Amino acid sequence: MADVIKKATRESYGEALKELAEEYKDLIVLDADLAAATKTGIFKKAYPDRFFDCGIAEANMMGVAAGLATCGKIPFASTFAMFAAGRAFEIVRNSIGYPHLNVKIGATHAGISVGEDGATHQCNEDIALMRTIPGMTIINPCDDVEAKAAVKAALDFNGPVYMRFGRLAVPVINDAASYKFELGKGVVMKDGKDVTIVATGLMVNEAVEAAKTLEAEGISARVVNIHTIKPFDKELICKCAKETGLIVTAEEHSIIGGLGSAVAEAVTECCPVPVVKIGVNDEFGHSGPAVDLLKEFGLSAENIVKTVKAALKK
Amino acid sequence: MDAKLKKELQKTACKVRMGVIEGTYNAKSGHPGGSLSISDTLTYLYFNKMNNDPKNPDAPDRDRFVLSKGHTAPALYSVLAQKGYFPEEELKSLRHIGALLQGHPCIHIPGVDMSSGSLGQGISAACGMALAGKIDGKSYKVYTILGDGEIEEGQVWEAAMFAAHKKLTNLVAIVDNNGLQIDGPISEVCSPEPITDKFAAFGWHVITMDAHDFDDIDRAFTEAESVKDKPVAIIQKSVKGKGVSFMENQVGWHGTAPNKEQYEQAMSELNAQLKELED
Repeated sequence: MADVIKKATRESYGEALKELAEEYKDLIVLDADLAAATKTGIFKKAYPDRFFDCGIAEANMMGVAAGLATCGKIPFASTFAMFAAGRAFEIVRNSIGYPHLNVKIGATHAGISVGEDGATHQCNEDIALMRTIPGMTIINPCDDVEAKAAVKAALDFNGPVYMRFGRLAVPVINDAASYKFELGKGVVMKDGKDVTIVATGLMVNEAVEAAKTLEAEGISARVVNIHTIKPFDKELICKCAKETGLIVTAEEHSIIGGLGSAVAEAVTECCPVPVVKIGVNDEFGHSGPAVDLLKEFGLSAENIVKTVKAALKK
Repeated sequence: MDAKLKKELQKTACKVRMGVIEGTYNAKSGHPGGSLSISDTLTYLYFNKMNNDPKNPDAPDRDRFVLSKGHTAPALYSVLAQKGYFPEEELKSLRHIGALLQGHPCIHIPGVDMSSGSLGQGISAACGMALAGKIDGKSYKVYTILGDGEIEEGQVWEAAMFAAHKKLTNLVAIVDNNGLQIDGPISEVCSPEPITDKFAAFGWHVITMDAHDFDDIDRAFTEAESVKDKPVAIIQKSVKGKGVSFMENQVGWHGTAPNKEQYEQAMSELNAQLKELED
């Protein structure tokens, strides 16, 4: 068996920007003094004239991005999720969302896997915040292949897009040669009939692993990867609800307002079935190695297996 | 400034003020005070300074304008109507359900370059427009008007730092220094003074201007044009409610619409001013 290649999606983001810059002449990159961490530094090195550091001033950066977009540029405003969705929320809403400008927000260091920096930088609320903005597209890719495809899809789409990337290196589970990204469409990673595990971001790999364990124990679990959280693939989720009768969601985000909420909102309208949410409960994180935190907060294949079994028993 | 041109601008500004009164009266809400304090500057910009064409509102090389103090949309809408971006009649349905003219500027309205109104945000968008012009080597200019209360917002100073550092010499920010904000005089609420020193310290070329004297407005914008190494801040000394006697320097007219009696009095005063200019 080949070694599992691991890569952080923030790295994929930086590389994709560089790779696409030649083809997309209007692509420019903004950062807020975090180019080394968001990996836009990769782009900066190759295209210094198309990179603008806004300093530690995320509110202004989002407004500048909006102004650039009115003039036909495609700005990628890049910073940590905490500052992109949190600090700059109202600027994103009013200066980008309301005029529906063609701004791409590259939000890295999302979720608990920020690790040692602790609660102040572990953004578990960004999906919830961004979902409330009318017309905002939200993409949360699961690996390197999907992350790169997401950047290209965002470029080809005219309108505001929030892209969520992680700090932690995660397994590359998609095949680059055959992978096709379709904005707004969920991906069935594995079929099954007893339960559907709906996952996003780094939890997709955990869901796939959990399904293998469940299979060995006689439980047939379907795994759906929701990379585009908005617009949400209601059709697929409703189909899964009808066909499997139980849904377990898995996300590296608060259980309030994220993927789990989107799934629950959808199925209550089309096919009410139990939806059990795995995510960060209504609490702050804390410092520690990312892999340990993911385990501690139940963001693991083991916890998905446990949760599915418990839900099936009810 | 040429006397004939000056008179024309004064007449247009008077009509712009009438539009402000017409709009806020019919809306039964809105912000007449700060609209009247920027009416002369807006008239000068749209009728004598900016490269703008109502027949081609999205022309890529046009000068841009962002009303950062977006609550004074009635003045912007009124000047755009005078210029012919949309019929003057639209002012009567300002803020109504289904109307073109929203309570705060919206990018989908002909002639409006950026949605604004949440204070402190317009100047950042103006910076982005100016940066785009620099990247593309275009010669257009970007103008933005901020309130003196608005500059209490921290984002304004993020933008001020950015504009100077990125050498956005194609950007002119005008601060409407009428001295009054909703809760009272700016000096009592949370003073942003000294405004000129602050912009100078942030690396801007600062010009002060009498906001109701077209000769002085012309002098200030001509000086702004001559500056080649810095963004320009024009601090305009203005009178809130200018042109309507009972509204002048009254904080209460920040966000209150005139009733029928007040509307009639205001229109009669403005009509008299217009008539005097026409004689």
